[in-house]
Amino acid sequence: MHTKTIAQLAQGLRTGDYSSQELTEAYLARITQHQDLNSFITVTEHQAIAAAKQADAILAAGDAPFLTGVPIAHKDIFCTLGVKTSCGSKMLDKFISPYNATVVEKFNAAGAVSLGKLNMDEFAMGSSNETSFYGAVKNPWAIDCVPGGSSGGSAAAVAARLIPGATGTDTGGSIRQPAALCGITGLKPTYGRVSRYGMVAYASSLDQGGPMAQTAEDAALMLQAMAGFDPKDSTSVDCAVPDYSAGLNNSLAGLKIGLPKEFFDEALNSEMAATIEAAINEYKKMGAEITEVSMPNLKLAIPAYYVIAPAECSANLSRLDGVRYGHRCENPADLNDLYIRSRGEAFGTEVKRRILVGTYALSEGYYDAYYIKAQKIRRLISDDFNKALEQVDVIMGPVSPTPAFGIGEKTDDPIEMYLADIYTIAINLAGLPAMSIPAGFIDNKPVGLQIIGNYFDEAKLLNVAHQYQQVTDWHQQTPKGFE
Amino acid sequence: MQWETVIGLEIHTQLATKSKIFSGAATAYGAEANTQACAVDLGLPGVLPVLNEDVVRMAVKFGLAIEAEVADVSVFARKNYFYPDSPKGYQISQMDHPIVGVGHMDIEVGGVTKRIGITRAHLEEDAGKSLHENFHGLTGIDLNRSGTPLLEIVSEPDMRSAKEAIAYMRKIHELVQYLEISDGNMQEGSFRCDANVSIRPKGQAEYGTRTELKNINSFKFVEKAINIEVERQIEIIENGGKITQETRLYDADKNETRSMRSKEEANDYRYFPDPDLLPVFISEELRAAVKADLPELPQVKRERFIAEYQLDAETAGILSSSKTLAHYFEALVKASGCDAKTCSNWVTGDLLGTLNKQGLDIAQSPISYDRLAGLLQRIADNTISGKIAKQVFEAMLNSEDNADAIIESQGLKQITDSGAIEAIIDKIIAENPGQVEQYLSGKDKVFGFFVGQTMKASQGKANPGEVNKILQDKLKR
Repeated sequence: MHTKTIAQLAQGLRTGDYSSQELTEAYLARITQHQDLNSFITVTEHQAIAAAKQADAILAAGDAPFLTGVPIAHKDIFCTLGVKTSCGSKMLDKFISPYNATVVEKFNAAGAVSLGKLNMDEFAMGSSNETSFYGAVKNPWAIDCVPGGSSGGSAAAVAARLIPGATGTDTGGSIRQPAALCGITGLKPTYGRVSRYGMVAYASSLDQGGPMAQTAEDAALMLQAMAGFDPKDSTSVDCAVPDYSAGLNNSLAGLKIGLPKEFFDEALNSEMAATIEAAINEYKKMGAEITEVSMPNLKLAIPAYYVIAPAECSANLSRLDGVRYGHRCENPADLNDLYIRSRGEAFGTEVKRRILVGTYALSEGYYDAYYIKAQKIRRLISDDFNKALEQVDVIMGPVSPTPAFGIGEKTDDPIEMYLADIYTIAINLAGLPAMSIPAGFIDNKPVGLQIIGNYFDEAKLLNVAHQYQQVTDWHQQTPKGFE
Repeated sequence: MQWETVIGLEIHTQLATKSKIFSGAATAYGAEANTQACAVDLGLPGVLPVLNEDVVRMAVKFGLAIEAEVADVSVFARKNYFYPDSPKGYQISQMDHPIVGVGHMDIEVGGVTKRIGITRAHLEEDAGKSLHENFHGLTGIDLNRSGTPLLEIVSEPDMRSAKEAIAYMRKIHELVQYLEISDGNMQEGSFRCDANVSIRPKGQAEYGTRTELKNINSFKFVEKAINIEVERQIEIIENGGKITQETRLYDADKNETRSMRSKEEANDYRYFPDPDLLPVFISEELRAAVKADLPELPQVKRERFIAEYQLDAETAGILSSSKTLAHYFEALVKASGCDAKTCSNWVTGDLLGTLNKQGLDIAQSPISYDRLAGLLQRIADNTISGKIAKQVFEAMLNSEDNADAIIESQGLKQITDSGAIEAIIDKIIAENPGQVEQYLSGKDKVFGFFVGQTMKASQGKANPGEVNKILQDKLKR
């Protein structure tokens, strides 16, 4: 039953094909069996069984919320009451959260059973999951390759069918890129659609939580549980949450798809271009119209992102000072020693690099040249997208310039690693929703198609993704050894 | 060389909200350490700030009261620095876009009115407290105060003496209490001040190098700290030295200021807009609603007291210095029906004198305005004399009874019956023939002796006017 989708599992639980406890035990067994993937940081076996039993009782009583009894797992960036929330860092290796993130509360309320916490790049900083204190996660499609990042544990676990769905977060591509590299469906909602309360902050103006699952239909079910205004998050938006499943089967005849010429320039390798083109052809068959659009400022997205995100993270991570919680060095000589050694010992290289970059960018004399300029670029990029979305319904393109690369292949060259997010970062800067769906393979490694929509148009994205999944079976493929 | 002192003040006033600026935790003072700090105040991973609406309303109120521009859009920014009692490693404050812009406050020193410019007022959160006692060489952290709302009011360098600085600080202190946006309690740190002090040769246009005196928590210390710092600066310059721009701490025990950190050591706070909080938009409706809700301000009240009650400026100033006191006075005038002068004499004299002695606030007065009104009415209708009234007032301090009951039970009613007074006077004249002789021979002073004897014999109850009249009649005969 591990190949089933969330929609199928929820149905099976209702019709009594299996109990939540049986499901939970089966998935827990698979997690143990495939622990060499290193996709989980914490498995909460006892809590999961207890929650599954409770879910079975609720199912028996009838009138249960739709996700009742369905196993899921959370990226270890979401605070979970009484459970370690490490954010992939030594700094929080011993941090047991005293509260639940809003997203976690919402999944609990929807009846989902959490099996544990998923591996990730340290503080969500990375595109390969190699910066995790808990070690690299392996890509189930190519065991010597990375699963992408930062939500690499989530992507690998869903791809290996260790869990039917998982939460992720996306600051510059951290849901979409691992979803693409692992051949699953991932959705980054509009900034403000999902509450950030209890999600450990990396870059607050860019971070957004979202679902990662096998299918668009499942992503719709998960987003239904996650989305909505949260009075605890001032940046969450108070607008109605539509029924994300209602329009999945809408016809795409007449759908206007925009292809940014900047996405399809000579920098895109021919195999990747061909795969994306094939996917677009499927849409043409469904009656979509293709238009070229232009976003001249797209090339500035990476430099702007690598000013804004580090600037925000340099402040966001200041609370990790060894004073109240988190790693504290032994026998500090004085206050400065406490700060320097606690932070020096507990943060990894990439995190330190971004804190330094951000601190520099915000410093007196540099602020205007870096931070203010980056904000102006951000505005220009948003304008580019807004103009394009006046002409078309959705924008499509690649998610990642390449399929999964080898573990260790890019770790010595941060710039090379940063370029892995070249097609995803601009969307975070604009705050738009975007998806990655499986669209083929290159050298037996999955490739994702990116679909970008207008603000709060997640239902449209899900519809567009779902229709593709009705005529293709890329999303149903399972990696060898995980069937 | 004649030196001129230049002073600007930064006043931090704690806003009197029930909950904190960015969390739902209570702000009440004096709770057990860390019991009023929630996840947000502790700076746990993943928590987010949510702005308290009352804080905005209070800042707008202050802005309107000092006739300042209240910003249509203001922005919260992060001020980055590491300190153990700053749980996030940054303080949420306002930098480029404060909620209150340029305004002013008029002060009076030595009978001269002077306008002090207010540069801005911005909102920010307070830090926690570091506790250095009882931790065996370690430091304890209490985060109860963390996230308490503060309004920082920054003045222009418009003050030229410690006296002006105090007058300005008092006016701001009076105003925030009037507006009911702060309790102004200085012992509990609800109202504190940093002073920027420099000197320059009299007549020179440009400012000298300034020092910043930190955290001065009483009016008395502001004066002392400024004066001692001015002396220090003059001495350095007159000995050929230069002032270093630095932050200095005032030590009240030693009455000296000492260096905390120089400009070179100063933090680069790396301010940037807080991405967790949206810009604050102040609507015309909110402005109008707050304006409609604005109480009569101290200055306006003062002028009204002078015009309406014919009070002198000083008395009007005292009576309008607090909203409660002003209310007490006006209620007393109304309830007693007595003239304002009598009422103001009693309030500023006997009542405030007693309260000061007992260390009480007008709100804690043992004699309510209507009880005092009852007393003043008995003076007005000649039931008792002014002198007996003081006695009744004393009795009222220690009793719940009204003036009538005390007059009755202690038999203090004034004797106005001329027959009774005549009888007393006849007896005194008969018993003191020598003094009568002296008076008749032209020693007018002896008249006072007869008045005294009569009052004594009547236990002070004889109406003094009546006594005078009858005595003059009888002694002439």
